[in-house]
Amino acid sequence: MKGYKKYFGKKIIWFLITLVFAVLLNFILPRLMPANPVATITGKLVGGSTDAAIVQQTYEQYMKEFGLDKSMPEQFLIYVKNLLRGDLGVSFSQYPKRVSEIISSSVGWTIALQLPAILVGWIIGNVLGALAAYIKKGFDKVLLPVSLFMSNIPAFAMAVILLVVFAVNLKVAPLAGGYNYDMIPNLSWPFIWSVITHYQLPFWSIVLVSIGGQAIGMRSMSIYELNADYVKYARFLGIKDRKIVGYVFRNAMLPQVTGLAMSIGTMMGGALVAETIFSYPGLGTTLMKGVTSADYPLISGSTLVTTLMVLVITFVLDIIYGFIDPRVKAATIE
Amino acid sequence: MKNLLRDIRRSPRFMTGFLIFLFILLVSILYPLLSPGDPLAMIGRGTFAAPGTYVSLYDATSAKTETLLLPDADDNRLAAAMSDADRAAMVNYFTLSGVAIDDLDPQDTDRMIELWQEIFDENNMPKMTNAQRRDFRNLDKRLKELQASDTLYVMDMGEDGEYEQRSSVSKTDYVNASAVANAKTLLLGTDNFGRDTLRELIYATGTSLLVGLVAGIVATLIGLSLGLLAGYMGGVADDVIMFITNLFTVIPGFVLLILISSSVSQDMRGPSLVAVIIGLTSWPWTTRSVRAQVVSLRNRDHVNLSKLSGHSMLRIVLSDILPYVASYVVMAFILQVSSGILAEAQLSMLGLGPKTTTTPTLGLMMNWAMLYSAHTNGSWWAYFPVILTITLISFSLNLMNTGLDQVFNPTLRD
Repeated sequence: MKGYKKYFGKKIIWFLITLVFAVLLNFILPRLMPANPVATITGKLVGGSTDAAIVQQTYEQYMKEFGLDKSMPEQFLIYVKNLLRGDLGVSFSQYPKRVSEIISSSVGWTIALQLPAILVGWIIGNVLGALAAYIKKGFDKVLLPVSLFMSNIPAFAMAVILLVVFAVNLKVAPLAGGYNYDMIPNLSWPFIWSVITHYQLPFWSIVLVSIGGQAIGMRSMSIYELNADYVKYARFLGIKDRKIVGYVFRNAMLPQVTGLAMSIGTMMGGALVAETIFSYPGLGTTLMKGVTSADYPLISGSTLVTTLMVLVITFVLDIIYGFIDPRVKAATIE
Repeated sequence: MKNLLRDIRRSPRFMTGFLIFLFILLVSILYPLLSPGDPLAMIGRGTFAAPGTYVSLYDATSAKTETLLLPDADDNRLAAAMSDADRAAMVNYFTLSGVAIDDLDPQDTDRMIELWQEIFDENNMPKMTNAQRRDFRNLDKRLKELQASDTLYVMDMGEDGEYEQRSSVSKTDYVNASAVANAKTLLLGTDNFGRDTLRELIYATGTSLLVGLVAGIVATLIGLSLGLLAGYMGGVADDVIMFITNLFTVIPGFVLLILISSSVSQDMRGPSLVAVIIGLTSWPWTTRSVRAQVVSLRNRDHVNLSKLSGHSMLRIVLSDILPYVASYVVMAFILQVSSGILAEAQLSMLGLGPKTTTTPTLGLMMNWAMLYSAHTNGSWWAYFPVILTITLISFSLNLMNTGLDQVFNPTLRD
C-alpha cells in the first residue's frame, strides 16, 4: 500500500502544479487582448451622449468595478482570491450577470453530454477494434477503411450531417437547444422527455466521431498482442483459445486507457465546437458567445472550467490506471 | 533507401492516400493559376443561388429562336408553375365540393387539372367562406392563363415614355443555350454573400493546406529540436524541457489555442499567424516521442564511437541520431498537418479563425454557412463540399500515415 501512497502523492503534486499554470495562463493570455472591452461597454451605455465628463466618469467607474485600474500583479492576486471563492468576475457582454452564474448553468449540460458520449464511443470502438483483430477476414476488411474514414470526419461536420438528415429532412429530432424553447426547466415528465429528444443528435454525433479512432487503435494493439510470444507459448501449451483471448484483450486495453486519458482534451475541444452547431446550452455555446462579444472574463472562465474538467478526468484515469497496471505505478515511483 | 521507397510505393494504403492528396493539392495550385482573380468577388446579389447553369434572360429574348413543338411542354410548364400550396388548395376545393379523391396524387398534374376543369364552377361554391371563394377564383384564373396560347411581349420604354415592342416570345419559342451571349455555370451555386462557391472552395482548400503545412512545420521543428535536446543532453535540460512538455500535454491544446487567438487583435489575425499559433500549441506530442526514441539511441555503440572520435554534439545528433528518428518525424509531421487543418476549422467555427477579406479558408466557409443557416434552409452546396474536402484531406493524410507505419513497422502488416 505504501507504493500507492507515493504514486498518488506524486500524481496529486503534478495535478496541483498543472492547475497553477493553467490558472496563470488563463489570467495572462486574455489580458493581452488589444481591444478594450470597457470602452465598448461604456460606448454602449452612454449611447449618444457627447458630454465628455459623463463618458469619462462612466468609463472610470467600470474600470474600477472590473478591477482594471490596478496593476497586473494586484489584479492577479484579486483574481486568485476570487477564484477560490468560486467567483470568476462579471461578464462584460451580459452585465451585470456574473461569469460563474453563466458557466454553472451551462457546465452541467456539457458534462452530461460529453462524458457519456465519449465513454460510449470509447467502449463501442474498442469492442469493434478487438473484434476486427480477432475475426479478421471480411469484418476487418470492411471495418478498417470505414473507421479510418469515420475517424477523419470532424465532430462539427458529423453534427451538421446528423442535424441535416434527422432534424431538417426527416424531422424526427428537434433542430436546436437543450430543451423546448417554450419550457422552463423543471422536473416534470414533458420537460425530461424534451431534454431526452434534444440530447440524441449531439450525443450520437460525438459517439460516431470517437468510435473510429478507438477502433483503429484497439485493432492494431490487439494484432500486436496476438502475435506476442506469450500467446504463441500459451497456444503451444494447449491453453484454450478463449482464455488466451481474454488475456490478450486485457493487455491490449491498457494502452487504450492511457490513450483515452491523453486524447480527452482534444475530444472535448471537438465536442465543444459540435455543441455550437446544435446551440446546445453547454460550455461550447457559452464560449462562442464570449468570443463574438469579446467578453474576456467569460472566455477565460469557460476555458478555465474546460481545463479543470480535463485535468480532473486525466487525474482520475491516472489513478485508475495505477490500480489496473501495477507496472505504471512502479515506473512512476522510481 | 531504394528498397524503402519501393516498399512505400507498393503500400496500397499509402498510395491511395497519396493520390487523393495529390489530386486535392494539384487542383488547389493549378486552378488559381489558370483562372486568377478575386475568389471572394460577389457575383450574385441574392444569397445561396442553387447550383446549375444560369442563362441571361435579357440576352435570351434577343437571341435567335427556333420553334419546337414538344408534346409535354404544356404539362411541364403547368407542373412547374403549380406550387405545393396551389396543389393543396386544389385538393382542399375537391374535398369541400365533396368529390372522392382517395386515389388522387397531388403531384399528378394531368389528373389534377382534368378534375379541376371538370368540377370547378365559379358560380356555385357553397359551404365556403368569401375569402376561400376569392382564392379559388384567382387560382382558376391563373391556371387558365397558363394553359392559354398567348404571347409575351418584351417592351422597351423609349425616351418619350412610350412603350415600344422589342420582341415577342411565344410558348413554342426556344433558344439554343450556347447562342445566348451570357451564361454561367455555377457547379456549386453561390454562398450567402453571392460568391461562386466552387471557386471559393478551391482557394480555401489552398489556404487551409498552407495553414496546415505551416502549423505542421512549426510544431515539428519545435517538437523535434526540443525532443533531440532533451533526449540527448539528459540531466537538467531534460528535466526542464520535460516539465514544460508534460505541462502542455495536460493543458488541452485547444484551450490554449482559443486563449491565444482571442488575445491577438482581429486585424493582425491572418491565416499565417493563425497557422503559427496552431503550431505553437501542438508540438508536445512530437517532443515526447522523439525524446523517448533518442533516449534509447543515446547509448548505442555507434553514438559512443562518434563521441570518442571527438565529433561535435551537433554532428552526432544530426548524423548519428536524426536518421533513426526520421521515419517517425515524417509520420508525426503528416499528422500535425492534418490536425492543423482541423484546428483552423474548429477555431473559425467559434469565430476565432483568420480574419481576412482576401482569402477564404475551409473553416471560414463553414463558419459563414452556419451563421447564415445554410444547413437549415437546404443550401447543401454551401457546407457539404467543405465538410467533404476537410474529411478527404485528413483521410488521405491519415491513410498515408498508416501506410508508412506498416512499411516502417513490419509487425503491423496484415
